[in-house]
Parts: sequence; C-alpha cells; structure tokens
Amino acid sequence: MFRTLLSGLRSPLAEPPVADPELAALGAQLDAAARRRLGRGLSIRAVDAGSCNGCELELHALSNAFYDLERFGLRFVASPRHADVLMVTGPVTWHMREALVRTYAATPDPKWVVAVGDCGVGCGVFAASPACVGSVAQVVPVDLTIPGCPPTPARLLAGLLALLGG
Amino acid sequence: MSGWGETVGRLAGGAATLLGLWGEPGAVHLAVLEGAPPLPLGGWGEGVARSAPPSPRPSPASGRGGVGVAGGATGATIRHLIRPCPDGHYPAISRVHPAALRLERTVRDLYGLDPIGLPDTRPWLAHGAHPTAYPFLPVEGADLHQVPVGPVHAGIIEPGHFRFTCDGETVVRLEQRLGYAHKGVEALLAGADLTVAARIAGRICGDSTVAYALAFARATEAACGAAPPPRAVWLRALAAELERLANHLGDVGGICNDAAFALMLAHCAVLREQVLRTASACFGHRLMMDAVVPGGMAVDLAEDGAARLGALVGDVRTRFARLVALYDGTASLQDRTVGTGIVTADLAARFGAGGYVGRASGRDFDARRSPGYPPYDRLAFDIPTRTEGDVNARVWIRIEEIKQSLRLVEQILDRLPSGPVRAALPEAAGEGIALVEGFRGDVLAWVRMDGDRVVRAHLRDPSWFQWPLLEAAAEGNIIADFPLCNKSFNCAYSGHDL
Repeated sequence: MFRTLLSGLRSPLAEPPVADPELAALGAQLDAAARRRLGRGLSIRAVDAGSCNGCELELHALSNAFYDLERFGLRFVASPRHADVLMVTGPVTWHMREALVRTYAATPDPKWVVAVGDCGVGCGVFAASPACVGSVAQVVPVDLTIPGCPPTPARLLAGLLALLGG
Repeated sequence: MSGWGETVGRLAGGAATLLGLWGEPGAVHLAVLEGAPPLPLGGWGEGVARSAPPSPRPSPASGRGGVGVAGGATGATIRHLIRPCPDGHYPAISRVHPAALRLERTVRDLYGLDPIGLPDTRPWLAHGAHPTAYPFLPVEGADLHQVPVGPVHAGIIEPGHFRFTCDGETVVRLEQRLGYAHKGVEALLAGADLTVAARIAGRICGDSTVAYALAFARATEAACGAAPPPRAVWLRALAAELERLANHLGDVGGICNDAAFALMLAHCAVLREQVLRTASACFGHRLMMDAVVPGGMAVDLAEDGAARLGALVGDVRTRFARLVALYDGTASLQDRTVGTGIVTADLAARFGAGGYVGRASGRDFDARRSPGYPPYDRLAFDIPTRTEGDVNARVWIRIEEIKQSLRLVEQILDRLPSGPVRAALPEAAGEGIALVEGFRGDVLAWVRMDGDRVVRAHLRDPSWFQWPLLEAAAEGNIIADFPLCNKSFNCAYSGHDL
C-alpha cells in the first residue's frame, strides 16, 4: 500500500492534472468567482428526481483526479441542510415530487437550484410520460440549466461557473 | 398459453429459471430459461473459471410460434409464453416461485391484471396519491428500532427507500421500497416510432445504455428477421465491453471507498475516466448513448479508434494489476469485505440472479455464452465464478471480468471486419426477444413490431432478481456495513423502476 501511496505523491494520478486548456481557464474563473461570491466555497447537494443514472455518473466524475471539483472550493455534501446549491437531475417523476419539494424546503437560504441534463431542463425523451410531472422548474424555482444527455463533466463545471456569475 | 402450468411447475421445481414476467392489457407474458447449467452443488472451489463457449448443443433457441428469438446456438434456450387474461386475472406464480413476486405486483400496478393468490398484495411500482403512506411490514420486539433511509440519499445515487429494523447495530430486517424513478417507460414505448423507442430504451438505465440499446436492437432485429452487418456485430461487442470495463472499474473503487479506503477510488476513478474519454473519442459519446441502434451501429469506430483502444488496454492492464495487488495485500480492507453481506448459492439459483451477484454465489451463468450471441461465440473468454457469495467475492468477480474484458477488446480489435455498420430494417410485423449480458447481469428485451412502429415492448433489468437478495444479504450484518453491501450489488433503480 505504501508504494502505491508514495507513487501517487511523486507523480500525479491524472497527468497532467488539468489536461485541457478550456478546463484550466474554467477552473481559474470558477475559483475566483466562488471566493468572491461565497468567501470559502460552495456546497452542492445532488438530488436525483427520476434520472436514468447517466447524469449521476457524470456528477461523480467531477470528483475524479481529472476534474477534482474540490480544488475550486466546490464540494458535494450529504445533506440539503448543509447545501448552498441543489443540482437536480431527471424528469421529476410523480413519485419523487414530494421528496424534491421537501429537500428544497430543507435547504437554507440563500440557495440556488441547478437543473441538470436534458431531462431536468425539459423532460428529455420522457416528456410525454404521464408518470412524470415535467422539468425541474415545474416543481421548484430553477436558477440555472445545464443541458446535455448527460452533460459532460466540463460542461457541468462551466455551468457552475455561470451560476457564480464569473 | 399451452404449457403455462407445466412451465410454472418447472420454475417451482428449479428446472427452469425465471427470465421475466410482464404484462400488456389483457395478457400476461412469461419468459423462462430452460436447460441452464445446474446449480454447482459441490461448488467448484475458489475462483474457478470456466471457459466459454462450452460444448455446443444442436438445438437452437426455441420460442413460441411466431416469436423470433435472438440467440446463439449454444447452451440454454429462452421460452416465452403469453397467457390471455380475459377476466383480468391469472393464478399467481409467486405462490410457488417467490422470485416472481415483485414482477407480479408490478403487472398488477401497471395493467390491472390480478394474480390470484398473490402472497403480498401491496402495490410495488405505483405509489398512488399518498407516496409517504406505505404499509411496511409490521415489526414487534422490545429492543428493536427502525432507521428509514431515502429516497434522497447521502451520496450521489438514485432514489430508493430502505427501511432497516435493527437490534442494536445489527440489522434484523431490511425492507426496500422502490419505484421512485418510475417514468412510465412501457407506456412511452407502446406505439412509438422505432427511432424514438430506441432512444428511450437507451435511457432506461443510463449506466447500462449500451446493454439496453443492444438488447432492444437484437429483439427488434429478431422480430423483423433481419441481421446487422458483421462489422456492426463486432463494434457492438466492443462498445459493450468498454461499458463493462468502465462500470466495473468504478464499482471496485466505489466498494473500497465505502470501506473507507479512498485511495482505491482515486485510482480506479482515473482508470474509469480514461475508458470514458477513449469511448468518447471512438464513438462520439462518453457513455456511448445511441451508438447501438436497430439495424447496426449509428456510428463507426473513429479512424484512430483502434490505436487509442490498444493504448488504453495496455495502460489499464498495467495500472490495474497494481491496484489488484493493493486490494489483495490490504488486510484492513479485506477485514470489511470478507464474510460481509453473504448471498447463499441456493438463493442466487432460486432467484436466477445474474451478473456478479449470481457468479459470486456459484451461479455459472453469462448470457454471452448461453444462450449466447455473436460475436462472443468466436471469442475466447473465461467466466469467473466463486462460491463464498460475500462482498469480497463480488469484488473478485469484477476484477476477473475487467481482465476478461481487456482480453476481449484486444481480440475484437484484431479481428474487426470491414464493411458497412448499418443496414435498413425490413418493415415486418412480429415479435422478438433477446437476452444480453450487461455489466450488472442479463438484460431481457421483448418487442412487438408493426412496420416501423413498436406496438409494445418490455425491458427487464437484472436488478429485479438481485434487489430481493440484498434484503437477505443485509440480515445479520451491522447497519454500518450496509453501504458496502449495497455498493457490492450496485443494483439499478431507474432500470428497475421503468
């Protein structure tokens, strides 16, 4: 185990840490914007309101060594009570509507809601379904939308930057 | 419906395995697997791998008259039966075969067909007007307490509710309540244009989008009596193995992270990201959504795809070997995974659990080998099985399957035929059924076509037969080990909730 730990210290896991220049620029802006707006950072709570799990996979990817969300002061938290931002995925199903409303109510002000993915933004391929309420905005007020099926991690980062007004 | 009673009898007796049970207005469908390898009573010992394909059997897949079955020429066969229910009811199969229970509750919820003698008459996927009011099973006992979890979880995961009843730290009973991600998929598929239906099929379960699209495409092709061009067949397998690699890599990291061993997650997440980036460079989408379509592939492999994949395989193989050594050599990690969340071989066989859940508990089944589908009949790969049935065994099955998928990608690149990747489907009316091995287990797809429209379709996720086993696996474990057990199953919510 120690050899693996040491090798990780000597050379970064994902080389180079920020491979793509677009991402580097985004990161720098995001960092500055997060500090200006919030002082320390931004806490995000992910809510799956009926997604196919595609968006969740890409939200997860934000934490890997390539994107390393936490270096920008952004982090995922375990409870809406600790969150500044709700990132909501999926067409909101009738079965998740109540849970989403309660999660929104449990998030302290000031708060922002980001609708993630084509389903969250406009219900995607499930628009005609009687089992879905509709897009996230039809259930809670939405401040920002990040389309994509699913949005790539770089697009998610760009979206968060827009939220911070950077 | 001829043979319905006899088939149900074979299910109850363990001679056949339940593949699916679904409905349509006025009729209930049953699909079973016949001639599957029997349960290894004595077990094969630790980590014994059986080579594929086994000795071929002469009889091809057989189905009901008029149903095209997409399958190979080896091993087990799929049997599909339709029972008309003019009076709106039929005798419940779950009375004699519990694996059918949640499926029968679902058929009742979605199509109003009443299974007579249903042992549990609570709704399953339908939550009704009062989603918070659900009659969980009663609990009695002075020292017991309950812990409700979900549907909004602490991590970035799909919605579901777990109701734990505990005695101190020990879980006495876990009861699941699912259906939160129910999106009315079957209603959307009914009457949909084939192109639209294929897009929906690829979004029933996002992590298995290739497997779902492939199952749907193969069922459609079986219904039309069409075959995709050879290059498409091989490219589909390539995409499917990349999906398996990405998911297994993510799971190995995730399971170790749930045992507070974050180092493994950090390394595995990097490998997973590399697979996704390569997939994006090869097929134009990180998860390869909409790449597999009825009639072939929507995209051909990018020009530099083969070179990129070759480099990826070499890199992942070298780096993953070090991580396997790390897992194998860390006693504190194995202290959490060994002996935790055990699924007995008997339960895995009775529920017909597929994927790593079944194979870690001695069920030697993989749809790529049996019933089998091309091009796997021409590829060399081993199907690992173990008998312990604990979290550790499910980790090792994934580790072995990662190695096998790397082997498969190399073979596919070596022998990839040239030519077109898509052929027009003939407009035909008929039914088709297909079984495809996703990373999680076997995905069943059934479709009824009329011209270029889907009359009705059903896709059954492997999780249907794995979720109930998680309830059994959690029993007697401490509640703090539940995330570990849950991640080692990694069942689908959206895929299950339809």
